[in-house]
Amino acid sequence: MKQVLWVNGKEYAVEVDPSTPLLFVLADELHLNAARFGCGMAQCGACTVIMGSQVIRSCVKPVGSVGSAPITTLEGLGNAENPHPIQQAFLEEGAMQCGYCLSGVILTAKALLDDRPGATDEEIRAALGGVLCRCFAHARMLRAIQRYRDARRAS
Amino acid sequence: MISRREFLHGAGALIVSFRSAGHSLLQEEHGQFGTHAFHIDPDKLDSWISVNADGTVTACTGKCDLGQGIFTAQTQLIAEELCVRLESVKLVQCDTAVTPDQGSTSGSQSTPTNFNLQDLALAGATAREALLSMAAAHLGEDPRRLTAKEGAVMAPDGRRVAYAELIGVQKFNLPIDHQARRRSPSEWTVLGKAVPGLDHPALVTGTFEFVQNVRVPGMLHGRVVRPPEMGAKLLSVDEASIRGIAGLAKVVVRRDFVGVVAQTQFAALQAARQLVCRWSPGSALPPQKTFFEHLQLLPSHDELLVDSGDISSSIARAHRVLHARYTYPFQMHGSVGTSCAVADVQADHATVWSPTQSVYPTRNCIAMLLNRPPDSVRVIFVRGSGCYGLNGADAVSFDAAVLSQAVSRPVRLQYTRQDEMMWENFGNACVIEQRAGLGKDGAIVAWDRESWVANRGSRPGYDRPGNVISGMLLGYEPESVEPAPAKPPTRILRNGSNTVPEYVAGCAGGACNGSGNVQGERVLTHTVASPFYTGPLRSPLRIQNTFANECFMDELAAVANVDPVEYRLRHLRNDRLRGVVVAAARAAQWKPFSSRGGEAGNEVMGRGFACVAYEGDNGYAALVADVAVNRTSGVVRPVKFTIAVDCGPISNPDGLRNQVEGGLLQGASRALVEEVTWDAKRVTSVDWEGYTSLRLDYEIPAIEAVFVVPDNVKATGAGETSITVTPAALGNAIFNATGARLRHLPFSPARMLAALKPGQPGMSA
Repeated sequence: MKQVLWVNGKEYAVEVDPSTPLLFVLADELHLNAARFGCGMAQCGACTVIMGSQVIRSCVKPVGSVGSAPITTLEGLGNAENPHPIQQAFLEEGAMQCGYCLSGVILTAKALLDDRPGATDEEIRAALGGVLCRCFAHARMLRAIQRYRDARRAS
Repeated sequence: MISRREFLHGAGALIVSFRSAGHSLLQEEHGQFGTHAFHIDPDKLDSWISVNADGTVTACTGKCDLGQGIFTAQTQLIAEELCVRLESVKLVQCDTAVTPDQGSTSGSQSTPTNFNLQDLALAGATAREALLSMAAAHLGEDPRRLTAKEGAVMAPDGRRVAYAELIGVQKFNLPIDHQARRRSPSEWTVLGKAVPGLDHPALVTGTFEFVQNVRVPGMLHGRVVRPPEMGAKLLSVDEASIRGIAGLAKVVVRRDFVGVVAQTQFAALQAARQLVCRWSPGSALPPQKTFFEHLQLLPSHDELLVDSGDISSSIARAHRVLHARYTYPFQMHGSVGTSCAVADVQADHATVWSPTQSVYPTRNCIAMLLNRPPDSVRVIFVRGSGCYGLNGADAVSFDAAVLSQAVSRPVRLQYTRQDEMMWENFGNACVIEQRAGLGKDGAIVAWDRESWVANRGSRPGYDRPGNVISGMLLGYEPESVEPAPAKPPTRILRNGSNTVPEYVAGCAGGACNGSGNVQGERVLTHTVASPFYTGPLRSPLRIQNTFANECFMDELAAVANVDPVEYRLRHLRNDRLRGVVVAAARAAQWKPFSSRGGEAGNEVMGRGFACVAYEGDNGYAALVADVAVNRTSGVVRPVKFTIAVDCGPISNPDGLRNQVEGGLLQGASRALVEEVTWDAKRVTSVDWEGYTSLRLDYEIPAIEAVFVVPDNVKATGAGETSITVTPAALGNAIFNATGARLRHLPFSPARMLAALKPGQPGMSA
């Protein structure tokens, strides 16, 4: 089936089985790297993307159900030359080790703070309950998110 | 055909570097590469370093970045030794066509191997000195009056010659100079600085190329179909059961190995799920409830690490004797991303993009499985999800190669979550029995220690593919546990697994290599067959052993009625270990006999201490853990970690801090929640509901880390120091808070509550 997807501000025409998980389309048809397979069961967050303004797990999202909703992956926030402020905050805190989990961490925090710019530390933590980092870079990640939140509120 | 030299100069070839991350793998020319087994001589400078026409330096390393930051640190090392800017260094890591064979990137060995007077660091020093002497001839100047800076050599009168001008694109044609002088820490301008990770920009913007992102033209997608139970054998495969799946390319069956290959990941996944296979019944698993008792009854391969010969009489004469039994469960690597590899097996050669920690051993095992000579197989390391040891990286590389060979096309294989968690090589389960005798003054006079370690397989090495599940399914056996009694120890103690407690003298083979002063000593190990595959998991056996040794030391201090820090210092003679013990106690404002830290609501507070000389001499750490124990819920909450680490000269302080912090929290997760579970037939902790990990919503403790750097010591490993002491320090803090001694991990709320009931055996006297 032919389908049009809006990803990171660009339009893509793909021809896939509509029950294919969005993750496989992003990785294998669009050659995007950021959303990655972790569990295939929405338990870890490694495949997170933003659909509209909500974070979703692309590993369990049939591509046929995406419709015309815009999809943002971690690549869509900014690039190495011009990173998004939340990406910049992660760079400044050195908030990663292997980095495989970063789509879940950064996009979940961004979506939360877009919705509720004044979210407390506890609310940020609660929002990240579905995200797993097995290198346990937790302390730096939370500091980076706080740094982004505080700078955003000040500006 | 592409020579290594052309490769290094980028002639139509690929240099895997973080800065070129993206689609670089596609640029690689597929063709016979002119390399041979062990073709890269580590005694030759050209095997490690080349200076390019544009003045940049290419360095080759056999130690790869798994997320621990060693790519950045090694780039700093080369920039420092060659006196060039960081941006001028291209580091090529772990590729059997290009880099020297440095075995595995494991065991906290990358820093001791590549940052002291050998291997990569010595190559860097050799290259700088060679360039200086070339410049001396060129400038007609005494080499001692020359200085190297930013890729050029300067004379005192201001004359200057660039490296590229000196060497052109020629080889050095020099042996490694074992007298070459390293730049000392006092001279460092790049090394020793908190350089941000060179991979970080690509990681935060999502463009970083993990092995999971490797795409090769014409690539198909594979999935494996594993047996439903441990020990089940394949009886038949009904290919008709998946005939309706569009895009299916092939069902691959070889002995007990079953896999499918398809045009898309989705088709491969559906085919693997729906394929009907008949399997023989598996072997019954020992009940988990009584597993540790079962372990102690199995036939065992025994080893005596130290034996003073008088242990029974020493204990019989002791004023007081204490006995305790510690148990440690199987735990998982549990990488966030499941293991993945891409293989392209062609008629006369094969290329495998692999997340393995061991490119050369993996190459040789793949050659065995493909029935090819090793030098026709090239293994290129591409980073996977953080692995923390032997996750599915080697197994998936074997499987991908077998699938690609069967379809004569490149195949990308990624495991499902269940494939990964059911069949990975778990961290070993252990039973550790401790017995010690104290003198009238409370001092330890004898320490007797006996342990049972469940083991099956491990790293495959160069010729043991059966050490992981894929090799076994393909017909290769794991290394077996041959029952044998222990012989008296004759070798000098190398405490590589931290089996021997820090406090004994460690006398064997004519030397006393322990870090303590207790003369009465016996350390006996029993290796027994495990029902599951096992292998190195971050701090392999070191974390299990340190948990038992450091908690028991705390028990002895309590019985002797001496402060646990003071008690440790009385029994330690290793200066570096004593140094971190004192530093941690000072940083935490440890008060002798610091009593329980008070109560708040349902919580009671306490603090505990633990230390380790990692692998005997490869990093030193001491930790003070402050915890709160909820007496109603049984939840143990770490409140603060204060740690002192001595790993010698520090290559990158921020990278070190990142490793130490991550290790503490990973250690807390393993101490508090992580445990493999199984039923009569199979592992049941096969997803993130069944296997618990502390997630990002966890209320993390405060962390304070201090670093002790003595003068004139070698650089040691650091990445496994903090995790090693965490379970023990938490156990000791729980005892301090509650008076209850937990001797089995994880410290679950149920175990905590059971131990808090009055009259429980967990309540220490």
